[in-house]
Amino acid sequence: MNKIQRETQELTVRIWRGKEDGKLVTYQVMSRENQTILDIITEIQRFHEPSLAYRFSCRVGVCGSCAMTVNGRPRWTCRTHVKKVSDEGILTIEPLRNLPRIKDLVCDLAPFIDTWQRAGAPFSGTKTRKDAPALVDPNSSTRRAAEAGLQCINCAVCYSACDVVNWNRNYIGPAGLNRAWTLVNDVRHSNRKQTFDQAFGKGGCGSCHSHGNCTRHCPIELNPSESIAGLKQIAFKGLPKDV
Amino acid sequence: MERTLFLAQRISAIILGPLVLVHLGLILFAVRNGLSGAEILSRTQGSISWSVFYGLFVLSITVHAPIGLRNILQEWTRVSQRTINIIALLFALIFLALGLRAVVAIV
Repeated sequence: MNKIQRETQELTVRIWRGKEDGKLVTYQVMSRENQTILDIITEIQRFHEPSLAYRFSCRVGVCGSCAMTVNGRPRWTCRTHVKKVSDEGILTIEPLRNLPRIKDLVCDLAPFIDTWQRAGAPFSGTKTRKDAPALVDPNSSTRRAAEAGLQCINCAVCYSACDVVNWNRNYIGPAGLNRAWTLVNDVRHSNRKQTFDQAFGKGGCGSCHSHGNCTRHCPIELNPSESIAGLKQIAFKGLPKDV
Repeated sequence: MERTLFLAQRISAIILGPLVLVHLGLILFAVRNGLSGAEILSRTQGSISWSVFYGLFVLSITVHAPIGLRNILQEWTRVSQRTINIIALLFALIFLALGLRAVVAIV
């Protein structure tokens, strides 16, 4: 297929409009050689439906703002190519699952952000600005464990993918527990025990069924399942020692 | 509390694993001549070791199953936590009473 033929093809894009009681509205958009889901949504907003609400910021997979449900799966839309997910030229784009809908493709992220607090997320240092910076051995087991979960971009894809969150909204969810795991492995954190206690409280890591949907869908390939398994092991072995 | 229940359920599962295997093997062995109360009692009655075996079995189930039931009710129903705890506790007492009654019968 040459370039001109491909550009004359159209994509059928079904987009969720409204809040909980909204509906899917269909738009026809030109299919191009190289386009992301976010490109498609932006084109529809600019040329077909100016009132379409959606979130994005960096467009390069750093900020975690643009996550949506694409053909049934949560994805970061700025780094998801149409070619990869299109179902014979049909795209169905909906807001993220497990979060209250505000308008069209925009969700209220407050419940998701709250889970970070519930998981004991606030960092509490042991030093003041007058002290020398803490020396953390990059090869220590705790640092390597924390490092594995540190790069989370808060996109809420894992929270949306998680079936346990879907049936139990009291469950903290993968991102919050992953954050707790990085903190209990942070030797500079003064409240490691308290963070662990909160992460193992009501709706905590004990509720995880190890389905692995979080790990499967994480766009930056973190492994929240492993972090949660690590928290569960602490219940038996005690807080990790810095070795 | 959640952590204690989590640990209790895992530890009781570790105990139950081999006990269940022996129990299943025993069933296959025991039904060779048909399954009747008299047939079972003729082999088990007066046996301290089988009493200890099934006593431990009953205690492990009393810990393990109600915690699982509590988790299921939490996830699948909108019943209040207090009611769920009471239901789980009642199940524990029922398992314990029925189980120990059966164990006493074979001693």
